[in-house]
Amino acid sequence: MRTRFTLNGEPRELETHPMRRLLDVLREDCGLTGTKEGCGEGECGACTVLVDGEPVVSCLVPVAQAEGCELLTIEGLGGDHPLQRSMMTEVGAQCGICTPGVVLAAKALVDAPRKPTLARVREALAGNLCRCTGYEAIHRAVLAAHAERHAK
Amino acid sequence: MRTSSRDFTLRRARTLDGALAVLRDDPGTVPLAGCTDVYVALQFGQRPGSRYLDLTPLKALRRITERDGNLVIGALATYTDLQRSRLVRSRLPMLVEASRLVGGMQIQNRGTVGGNLANGSPAGDTLPVFAAAEAQVVLQSTQGERRVPFTSFYTGYRASVRRPDELITAVEVPAVDARQWFRKVGTRAAQAISKVVFAGVRASTPRLALGSVGPTVVRLSRTERVLGSGGSLETAIDELKLEISPIDDLRSTADYRREVAANLVREFWARTA
Ligand SMILES: Cc1cc2nc3c(=O)[nH]c(=O)nc-3n(C[C@H](O)[C@H](O)[C@H](O)COP(=O)(O)OP(=O)(O)OC[C@H]3O[C@@H](n4cnc5c(N)ncnc54)[C@H](O)[C@@H]3O)c2cc1C
Ligand code: FES
Ligand code: FES
Repeated sequence: MRTRFTLNGEPRELETHPMRRLLDVLREDCGLTGTKEGCGEGECGACTVLVDGEPVVSCLVPVAQAEGCELLTIEGLGGDHPLQRSMMTEVGAQCGICTPGVVLAAKALVDAPRKPTLARVREALAGNLCRCTGYEAIHRAVLAAHAERHAK
Repeated sequence: MRTSSRDFTLRRARTLDGALAVLRDDPGTVPLAGCTDVYVALQFGQRPGSRYLDLTPLKALRRITERDGNLVIGALATYTDLQRSRLVRSRLPMLVEASRLVGGMQIQNRGTVGGNLANGSPAGDTLPVFAAAEAQVVLQSTQGERRVPFTSFYTGYRASVRRPDELITAVEVPAVDARQWFRKVGTRAAQAISKVVFAGVRASTPRLALGSVGPTVVRLSRTERVLGSGGSLETAIDELKLEISPIDDLRSTADYRREVAANLVREFWARTA
């Protein structure tokens, strides 16, 4: 089946089986390996991408459901989003497997003008597991990125 | 996914009538909504079917409206839609609370009400809410539409009165004119499959529903009767412990679930007083 979507701002059209996982299409067909597979069961959030601006786990999305949608993967952020920088300065990433998913899941909180509470940060990242950091550095990174993004 | 997708076919529904005709002609077809249950099953190597029908293009089934005094929640409404809906927030706040606690944000953005009901896990978090709210499930096939009271929808473990040629199109919830309360007790806030889930409405005869204490969601009708006829809370709790028959499983023991259920009813009673 032909599937069309916008990927990181570029229109894409590909011929593939409609039930393949969006995760596999991104990694194998589109060559974008920034999206990681942790569990394959929707539990860990490593495969998080944005579909029409909303975080979803790409291991549970058939590519047919991406038809006509705007997709954003970690590659689409280009490396200079404030949260990408603060994840480094606050050491919110260790092995890095969870990091692309964490960044995309928390991006909306960082971009919104309203300062998030720690509770909001935790809630937004409830679907992202990290085996390395113990989360506190990630939460600090999100709050630091928000401060930087909205500094006058 | 362990099962190769090449063994499967997928059709995308363009109209509701078209989708119902597919199910009439081939009742073995498995509907797909948010895929947060089906794709997990596929990952585990299970095979819910080989022919699939994607319902998500049917945008009309995602609407949340008010009709004849009922709150009408389209089957494709997601947990995020429920939390954002002004109607749900004002009329059925216990459903908003339940939705906030389903998985993480990524699951809430995809998982649907229709999927939760059709999947029919006894741990499904919206089930006690609809049981306590006396909702009706709206089922549709090429032969027409029928409404089934929520409390007679399930017939056993993950079994319901829905025929394979029927879709769930909506859930209708009458006005709830009393205080509502929802609580889920699990292991981890976001990913946990509930150990016990409770929803209650403090009407003159209170309506109490529990999930994960039996093969399907249960209304605690004997406990409700004790409370409705002026019996003491502790008499009601004694009745509750006789009324439910939870099981020991991987996630917890029957005694633990019975104790948690009792505490939930106590807390409901205190909070809605
Ligand atoms: C990480 C994770 C966490 C989760 N946490 C929770 C939780 O906390 N609480 C909870 O209750 N659930 C939880 N779930 C389970 C799941 O997200 C919900 O049951 C969800 O509501 C399923 O909806 P869906 O649209 O994704 O269903 P799908 O997977 O698309 O479908 C599920 C079943 O319903 C059928 N179906 C779907 N729509 C219809 C329809 N309109 N008519 C007829 N049949 C239909 C399908 O054929 C299939 O059998 C979790 C899942 C994951 C992966
Ligand atoms: S790989 Fe998708 S949630 Fe873990
Ligand atoms: S940095 Fe290793 S899982 Fe998060």
